[in-house]
Amino acid sequence: MLDNAHSLRAFLPELIVAGTVLAVLFVDLLARRPHVGRAAALTAVGLVAAGAATVMTMRADGYGLFFGLIARDPLADFFKLLFLATNLLVVLISLRAREATDESAAEFFALTLTTTAGMMLMASATDLLTAFLSLETVSIMSYVLAGFRRRSRESAEAALKYVIYGGVASGVMLYGMSLLYGLAGSTSFTAVRLACAHTPAAATVLLAVVLCLAGFGYKIASVPFHMWCPDVYQGAPTPVTAFLSVGPKAAGFALLVRFFGGSLPAELVGAPAPWPILLGLIAAATMTVGNLAALAQTNLKRLLAYSSIAHAGYVLLALCAGGSDGTRAILLYLVTYLFMNLGAFLVIIAVADAGIGEEIAEWRGLGRRAPWAAVAMAIFLFSLTGLPPLAGFFGKFYVFAALLARGGSLMVTLAVIGILNSAVSLYFYARVLKAMYFEAPTVDEPLPLARLHAATLALLAVPTVALFLVWSPLQRFVDSSLGQWYPAEMRPRSAQLDRSVKRSSVQLANTSATK
Amino acid sequence: MIIGLSHFLVVSAILFGLGLLTVATRRNAVAILMGVELILNAAALNFVAFSHYVEGAVTGMVFALFIIVLAAAEAAIALAIVLAIFRHFHSIDANDVSTLKD
Repeated sequence: MLDNAHSLRAFLPELIVAGTVLAVLFVDLLARRPHVGRAAALTAVGLVAAGAATVMTMRADGYGLFFGLIARDPLADFFKLLFLATNLLVVLISLRAREATDESAAEFFALTLTTTAGMMLMASATDLLTAFLSLETVSIMSYVLAGFRRRSRESAEAALKYVIYGGVASGVMLYGMSLLYGLAGSTSFTAVRLACAHTPAAATVLLAVVLCLAGFGYKIASVPFHMWCPDVYQGAPTPVTAFLSVGPKAAGFALLVRFFGGSLPAELVGAPAPWPILLGLIAAATMTVGNLAALAQTNLKRLLAYSSIAHAGYVLLALCAGGSDGTRAILLYLVTYLFMNLGAFLVIIAVADAGIGEEIAEWRGLGRRAPWAAVAMAIFLFSLTGLPPLAGFFGKFYVFAALLARGGSLMVTLAVIGILNSAVSLYFYARVLKAMYFEAPTVDEPLPLARLHAATLALLAVPTVALFLVWSPLQRFVDSSLGQWYPAEMRPRSAQLDRSVKRSSVQLANTSATK
Repeated sequence: MIIGLSHFLVVSAILFGLGLLTVATRRNAVAILMGVELILNAAALNFVAFSHYVEGAVTGMVFALFIIVLAAAEAAIALAIVLAIFRHFHSIDANDVSTLKD
């Protein structure tokens, strides 16, 4: 554990991001004319520098910073790189969007950067205080981002709904945290874990955890704290929606991994703790509600909002499986989700730039009018369904494999519910494809895509396909990120899973060859 | 009567309940935000009480200070959003603000 002065070196990535926020704002303020390109370039440089600093100060072991308030370990580094990449892609996505006008671009990028700094802290929090502060940093910035388009009614409404639900959820979470603090007499995750394991007041621990889950569940949009999600995703500017659906959600999962892995004991008063049942119930409800509600949607952003709720359910399944397999599945899923979900939103933005709205009916015949955008959308949607040969398949595969490796009737039931849900999701994703490819357009002229959008689409579509073909580097990276977190039980399981993945991909190759 | 930890906990539990009730029943956006403040204050009271009676150190009080600061920041943002809502909808009743729905 390092003291404040010695922590600064390991804290460099966050410091760079924070410095970039100030730089972006002040350069915009001092420059004679604000310019969107300059703000974006500055943001990108800061993000890349922070990423480089993360890689350069990376260590294979974990240690506490600032007297144990936050941790610097490979798990945190993994999430930091994920968030920096997300923000970088969002900068590319929003360059031509209506939000990034010359006047407002600097504020917009400064807000996303601040959110990223908050998310990086969320992924490293090892104390109730830092967990709460980082979560609130992300939340408050997200409220502003959701309402960023000031002249739009929908944007203002999205922000209001977000701030009200968010305020209640974080207040309830805080009350739960205060109970945990009362039990432990300390706010550090390790102290809370020890105190919870030995306290006779199991009911209080359970109550506190359920209250805390309100805050975390709201961040990842899990049932029953998902009501804000469709409205906010639909009303917020599309680049913001893309950012919110990936970044804060992944950060919420990072915090959940730390909370359930680091601050809650596996046993309460001698009996196994009910966390798997609790998380399993939430996961099953989240998947089912998300997928069933998505069936009825006609607005694409709203459809993707419900789909993102369902995906939070799949990742919760992995959290429920727990252990190194479950955590590995979470990390792998989030990486694949980053590409396919950002990609799907980018297609909406690119097509909106050419004058087509967000209703599925307006997308009729897009396969003929904008073939490349339609192909990219098909890739992202099939990947979101979890069909091979796309990255989303492996994401889901590892989740279900982790559940089955854990065994037990609860885990198997959850896996079955998850697979049934994936089948349901194929229906509403396919509806979009049907509109694009099998319905006649009202106007037949081709839609030109902006060159920037086409390039960014390729940047997102290529990994969605390539990760399926070249999976092992990502898996090695994820395994090394877990090394510190699950040192003892990691290796044998990993080898076993590797074999089963290889076997199933060989089988897949065989079946497609025979066809 | 000696005031002990349980008194503080009961008061904070009542505050928490009233906050939730306010949020659930009020339709005025500002009133809902006041309910949120009640919930936050209930948590802050818990932290201070536990800090004095359980830990015997200042961690909980520092936490309470952070809660106060964050409540202020959140209120600032939330009121700005309510102002924007009023400009668009000419009302701050949560029921009137519903262009987005299934």
